[in-house]
Amino acid sequence: METFLQFLNDYTLRNVLLGTAWIGVVGGSLGTFAFLRRQSLLGDVISHATLPGVVLAFLAWQRRDIGVLMVGAAGTGLLATALIQVVDTRTNIKRDGAMGVALAVFFGVGVLLLSMIQNLPTASQAGLDKFIFGQAAALVQSDVTVLLVVGGVVLVVLLLLWRELKIITFDPDFARATGFRVTILEGGIVTLIVGTTVMGLQTVGVILMSAMLIAPAAAARQWTDRLSIMVLIAAVVGGASGAAGAAVSAFGPQIPTGPVVVLVLTALVLVSLFLGRKRGLVWHWRRQRRSRKLADPNTVLGALGALESAHAGTVRGHPKAVVRMAVGQSAQVGQALAALRKAGLADEHDGDWSLTERGRSEAVRLARDQRG
Amino acid sequence: MSSLEFEILATAMTVSAACAVPGAYLVLRQMSMVADAISHTVLLGIVLAFLVVPLYGHPLMVFGASMMGVVTVLGIDLLKRTGLVREDAAIGITFPALFSLGVLLISLLTRDAHLDEHMVFQGDLVYSVFQRLELAGRGYGPMTLWKMAGIFLLNGALALRFHRELKIATFDPVLAATLGISPSLVHFGLVLMTSVTAVGAFDSVGSILVIGFMVVPPVTARLLTDSLARYLGLSLLLGCASALGGFWIARTVNGSVGGSISLVMGAMFVVVLLASPRRGLVADWHRRRRQRVEFAVRMLVIHLFQHRALGQRTEENHAGHLEAHLGWSAEFSRRITELAEARGLIRRVDTHWLGLTSVGERQAEQALAG
Repeated sequence: METFLQFLNDYTLRNVLLGTAWIGVVGGSLGTFAFLRRQSLLGDVISHATLPGVVLAFLAWQRRDIGVLMVGAAGTGLLATALIQVVDTRTNIKRDGAMGVALAVFFGVGVLLLSMIQNLPTASQAGLDKFIFGQAAALVQSDVTVLLVVGGVVLVVLLLLWRELKIITFDPDFARATGFRVTILEGGIVTLIVGTTVMGLQTVGVILMSAMLIAPAAAARQWTDRLSIMVLIAAVVGGASGAAGAAVSAFGPQIPTGPVVVLVLTALVLVSLFLGRKRGLVWHWRRQRRSRKLADPNTVLGALGALESAHAGTVRGHPKAVVRMAVGQSAQVGQALAALRKAGLADEHDGDWSLTERGRSEAVRLARDQRG
Repeated sequence: MSSLEFEILATAMTVSAACAVPGAYLVLRQMSMVADAISHTVLLGIVLAFLVVPLYGHPLMVFGASMMGVVTVLGIDLLKRTGLVREDAAIGITFPALFSLGVLLISLLTRDAHLDEHMVFQGDLVYSVFQRLELAGRGYGPMTLWKMAGIFLLNGALALRFHRELKIATFDPVLAATLGISPSLVHFGLVLMTSVTAVGAFDSVGSILVIGFMVVPPVTARLLTDSLARYLGLSLLLGCASALGGFWIARTVNGSVGGSISLVMGAMFVVVLLASPRRGLVADWHRRRRQRVEFAVRMLVIHLFQHRALGQRTEENHAGHLEAHLGWSAEFSRRITELAEARGLIRRVDTHWLGLTSVGERQAEQALAG
């Protein structure tokens, strides 16, 4: 316990926790829009496409401050989204193909540049490949300040444009018809997504940052139908996962932060999918079971009567499955049979059900009533 | 070129060719991002298979690791079928989770040189060539080359054997089902082929660059042709050409071969995107401009036709007033007027007033009737 408290007081750890949690908060908020606009994979492409930008920025300024690297990352990230947009709207190539090309080519160029600077004598380039999977432990006070500022700007813009973003997310045609500058606003959302993605470079890494955008939103979606509440839940889920991931990876230098955060997020998504209010799978299954017809005892009695007169003298009884078939495929006959036995109308021997004397006359009476 | 360099080049070209086969069908079936997911998650498959069969490149290990691709696609389908998330989010949730598990297992369990983080994202063509195939004490060249050649032949044979099934299931799934071809069997067959190729290419180009080898050449080819046969051929050709160019660049700048090949593939794509005769952006731009001019000429003719009853000298027919009436710039009005005049559609009544010729009148009537 004492070591744990010491652990919390640790200056580095506080930075790391704060930084990663903040990325989760911003990622969750922005990701909600990406998720609803079916642009979940855009974050994946952008985060891969930031790699060459990171290396180029490092080459240009010979520094690895997070601010400098974020500028480069945002540059190539935006370039990749522009390429996707042009290819998607102006050619016969489908959007997924355009995304695949942008992701692979930008990442490939990043790998090439990375391999080239590894041959340079500059010592400080060491650790640049940490951007692939992220290493939150490398976060220092000034980095956290940059993250707070960038994330703050993203969130403020989000709040200022709330109404516009809401409209172009849910009804772009209406937005266009009522005179919103849809193209500019869509560009704005993409820019915000790029801004959010580059925040995660150092801690979560370029490959897994996309999950920080999608997963919190996917979890939040299962609990509410309201946009404002969804954004709040996504922010909390993202923040909590970020903090948890950073804390776990702080235990060992060989544990990369990104994967741990993603696994925490995935667990939360699964829990939400199963238990989410109204939409959750567990409730869904339960409803489905309930709605499955419970057979009426009289129907079962009639079915048993019909079975016995059809097989008169050949068999003593019929198994439950046969009774169910006679009543109808999805019916649940167990309770009805139990009720009949309790009323002394049917009985069971070795899993075979048959009518008692009283049950047989009751079945005959029922059949006559139905005919008459 | 030394024999080592030749082997690297041969391996690079074989990897490209092997990737282009499933890639061409993935692009047609709009599964590029599914391929991206698979290429990430085979990492987990490789780690798990490595724990069971610690022989890298062993066919059993390759096949075992490939099953992770099938698991990934099943996971995506399962998520999608709950109706709670859409396909893009289903992909975006599934693969980071499995990939993370793989990365974490690597960093926690293995200290093996064959499986470090460096390999994961870029692989190393040069290094991979150092693993030699030896039988009965004799060397037969790099193992990776043989492995990828085998995968290429397998992919090619399967694609040829099931060409009809692939084609029908891709372009008309309903027809396929009617003909007794199971679209889901074709789907998962392709998924398995993609996974096997991604696992095979893992040590030479890594788990992420492989997506470029699969997707970029076919997408580029798609900009150049509409014929399936030519598309498949071009995909192979562009892939191999990129390998050649990429190898040369890597040698010149002393950088990653896989990264250089990606760069060349990207450059080819951009060139074709701009300059493709029918689909390219330049051609598209010309077409749009030409259409704008054609449309304007027709509009001018109709405009003059509509106002002919008012006599030849109304304001509408004044050459200087087209700007106000049709919303054109002065320069554009002048160009369109000159063009229409040169085609004999309109004539000048005097310097400033315009009228239709009989040809122009007929054209206007046709346009309005049709």
